[in-house]
Amino acid sequence: MNEIIESVKNLSIGFNSQKGKQISILRNVSTNIKKGETVGIVGESGSGKSTLALAMMGYIKQGLFPLKGECLFKSKDLLKMSSRQLEKIRGRKIAMIPQNAGQALTPNLKIGYQIDEALKLHTDLNKTERDKKISELLNKVRLPSPETMAFRYPHELSGGQQQRVAVAMALAGKPDLLLLDEPTTGLDVTTQAHVLELLRFIAKDTGTSMIYVSHDLGAIAQVSDRIVVMYAGEIVLEGPARKILKEPIHPYTYGLLKSIPKLSLAGLPASMPGSQPQPGSINEGCSFYDRCNLATDNCKKNSPDLEHIKELDTNVRCFNYRELIHQNNNLQTSITKKLNNSEANEVLKLMDVSISYAKQKFFDQLLNKISDQNPTVKDINIDIKKGETIALVGESGSGKSTILKSIAGLLKTKDGQIKFENDRILSSDLKMRNPNDLRAIQLIFQNPDESLNPNHTVEQILSQPLKLYFNLSGEELKKNIIDLLKKVRLGEFYMSRYPRQLSGGEKQRVAVARAFAAKPDIILCDEVTSALDVSVQAAVLNLLQQLKEDLGTTYVFVSHDLAVVRAISDRVAVLYQGRLCEIGPSQNVYKFPSHPYTEVLLGAVLEPDPDIKPKLVAEDIVEEKPPEKGCSFQGRCPRKIGDICNLEVPPWQIGENGNAIRCHINIDELASLQQ
Amino acid sequence: MLLLILKRIGLGLITLFIVSLITFVGVEVLPGDACTTYLEREAYGAALDACIKRLGLDVPAYERYLDWASNVVRGDFGYSLSGEMPINEVLGPRVKNSLVLASVSILIGIPLAIVLGIITALWRDKLPDIMISTITIFSMTIPEFISATLLILIVAIWLGWLPGIVIIPSDATFYELLSNIILPVVAISMIMTAHMARMVRSSVIQVMASDYVQMAILKGVPYWKMVFRHVLPNALLPAINVVALTIAWLLGGVVVTEVVFNYPGLGRLVIESISNRDLPVVQALAIILASIYVGINLIADLMTLMLNPRLKSLQIRK
Repeated sequence: MNEIIESVKNLSIGFNSQKGKQISILRNVSTNIKKGETVGIVGESGSGKSTLALAMMGYIKQGLFPLKGECLFKSKDLLKMSSRQLEKIRGRKIAMIPQNAGQALTPNLKIGYQIDEALKLHTDLNKTERDKKISELLNKVRLPSPETMAFRYPHELSGGQQQRVAVAMALAGKPDLLLLDEPTTGLDVTTQAHVLELLRFIAKDTGTSMIYVSHDLGAIAQVSDRIVVMYAGEIVLEGPARKILKEPIHPYTYGLLKSIPKLSLAGLPASMPGSQPQPGSINEGCSFYDRCNLATDNCKKNSPDLEHIKELDTNVRCFNYRELIHQNNNLQTSITKKLNNSEANEVLKLMDVSISYAKQKFFDQLLNKISDQNPTVKDINIDIKKGETIALVGESGSGKSTILKSIAGLLKTKDGQIKFENDRILSSDLKMRNPNDLRAIQLIFQNPDESLNPNHTVEQILSQPLKLYFNLSGEELKKNIIDLLKKVRLGEFYMSRYPRQLSGGEKQRVAVARAFAAKPDIILCDEVTSALDVSVQAAVLNLLQQLKEDLGTTYVFVSHDLAVVRAISDRVAVLYQGRLCEIGPSQNVYKFPSHPYTEVLLGAVLEPDPDIKPKLVAEDIVEEKPPEKGCSFQGRCPRKIGDICNLEVPPWQIGENGNAIRCHINIDELASLQQ
Repeated sequence: MLLLILKRIGLGLITLFIVSLITFVGVEVLPGDACTTYLEREAYGAALDACIKRLGLDVPAYERYLDWASNVVRGDFGYSLSGEMPINEVLGPRVKNSLVLASVSILIGIPLAIVLGIITALWRDKLPDIMISTITIFSMTIPEFISATLLILIVAIWLGWLPGIVIIPSDATFYELLSNIILPVVAISMIMTAHMARMVRSSVIQVMASDYVQMAILKGVPYWKMVFRHVLPNALLPAINVVALTIAWLLGGVVVTEVVFNYPGLGRLVIESISNRDLPVVQALAIILASIYVGINLIADLMTLMLNPRLKSLQIRK
């Protein structure tokens, strides 16, 4: 059990900057992987975790090169091997499960061929044996009908199925070591939980060692025996999973764990100031110095070594870790937020809104109507009160972003009305809305890289809404821009910067500032934190909450992340296939009784705690279209009671907690079932 | 699938119909008509009337269009003015000559372009890439009338290896043509190959950087197997449409080269008939060139559809 499979020794990897300087993105990394062990490597984007993982297969991305150190696989240095020798190891001894299987499977080759390719390269089986093995593998990763699956192309499978194929492909060569690079990032919550469960099963079943790379401590917690925490290209903490997650003794890990929103906690997570330093920007001292609240002068000048602490079986890179040893009961706290009083007036009403993506037929185009019996979004009724944060939650395909686009006027509604302020109907056509209504509703997008014009400075970006809506110019314009930047905690000097000169969190702050520049009544937030790192996400959430409390803005917050929603929202609406399942005050939606779909979602959330295992109650099937009749969740519902679910649209029931549930099962019965 | 092909063919026919209308209307609104052009100074009195009658210009325009169009559908383009011979006889040898020039250039240029593109991509920023890329960019930027003239100067005049201009009857046989077209083919291929090689290069580089190629490497797939199995099929798919446009361009548009080498192809016929104001021939050429574009693009679209599994199943599902 204690045999070491791969060991990394003093590895540094870097690149040459344009000025000819050598910049390292991995610094002096050493670690060992033992037989049968699952090691989680966790860190935020840019921490060097993927570079480390790929180096463990002897693969270095173009532009990078090893500066020093070695990667020993069974005592042979992978970094010194020829590509011939590596071909014999890759896929056979060490196999990789990629981040995005949808892009990592070659689009023009059938699934069966791609698995067969691995078998041909790494086993001596003949054709019939290989065919048998392919269906065995597809069966092992629990793909439906393995015989026909082999003849499909990658794009014909859902995201979860593609990921399973990638797992099957990696298992084909019976590797000793499996490398998983963010294997569940980008999957829906329920699918993610299922894939993780499969990986855990495989680790146990085959005794393979695994290296699991992820930014998601929740996923890492579920699979790892040991955790390595990376920051700015260094290992800052390393030890047994439970110790790291429950008693983190490095200030970065401690802050990271506190910044993760948790299902069990209402209120906002604590945020860490600043962001990870760029490679090459640290010359001396500890790389976490700028963001650390335990930092002393010593930390500024000297960089700490990785120190082994015997009694905790942990390696830590910090001078002051002792201060954290007894602080850890504080992990389960959060910042309480002011709850919105529910007496306020309604500012936005969605009445029987249906939206269809169906292509208009020629005749319908003439009559300017949409005839689609089964629209993507159907019968949405939501009243949004002034100053509240209402969240729309659901997996991909739930129609949450579609609804947001319709409110913004970017997508025409098929039926129903959107009423704004004092029951005035908002036209579903953007061109028909008056400028003041356009100003009053602003959007913040998921990815600030794409929503900010790369050729405009921050000043230009922010001046546009100010010029357009308020006709500002000259000194007054500049003063307003500085005010806006101050509101999102950015200094005046950011005005002359271009988006590419900002970090992800700073970019999203600029996007927030741009939305607030219009002095809007309603801000539509479309997955605004999903592209951000956890520690930055917490800061943006806190910022949004602060601005709302100061300015009384109303948020419509779309997210797939239930924990984030729990942290920020006053009310939650759960959607499945474009139909509302449940709506109510957030503290109640997160309590039982729940709609069976809410129950499935809540069960699949991964907490950064090895003792809380996800509950997998429903199959992770992906439905292409909402059902024609009956309940929208009939296809996957674990509590389906019979034909009534297929035929009749379930009625709304109001629970004693104040949440409305749309289900055929009586609400009291649901409560007792879900106990 | 069949329905889709029929739909595409239908759309192509509609395009052709619109092109024919536009050329017909264009010819109509020009001041004067075929007879005034043909008779020039004698365009008055009895001669003009006789001409109008002979060419049937006295009937209303829409009737003449219908008449002309139905003849074209049957493959009869009528008579040319200048030679007073059937347009089919004028066009026939020209089409053949253009086809010969185009197909020889395609057979040489396209495989060469693909090979060069792949080599430059796989040895990116190394010596082969730097050398080939310099040459391709060089030959891309020199206008063809200069490169063609230079070729004549060097190969035909200084070295005297090949004839400088093509002196053959417009109905020469294929073999007669072949020996005469080496220089035009080289001149055309230089530009065409350079453009396509650049495109193939960037396409291969893009695919080489994709996740699935990294995955194939990490799966232990040997290099050349990876290139042929995982890279090329995906990288060459977008090239199909460019190849199609190039072929269409070769058939109708290599005017400059044809003029420089005095090559009796379609491109020169366009110039000649426009300067002679031989309107029936211009009309016929417009239709023929439009059909070539529509036809070749149709084939390219269908090929892309067949070869790209993603599009194929998308269409079938619909």
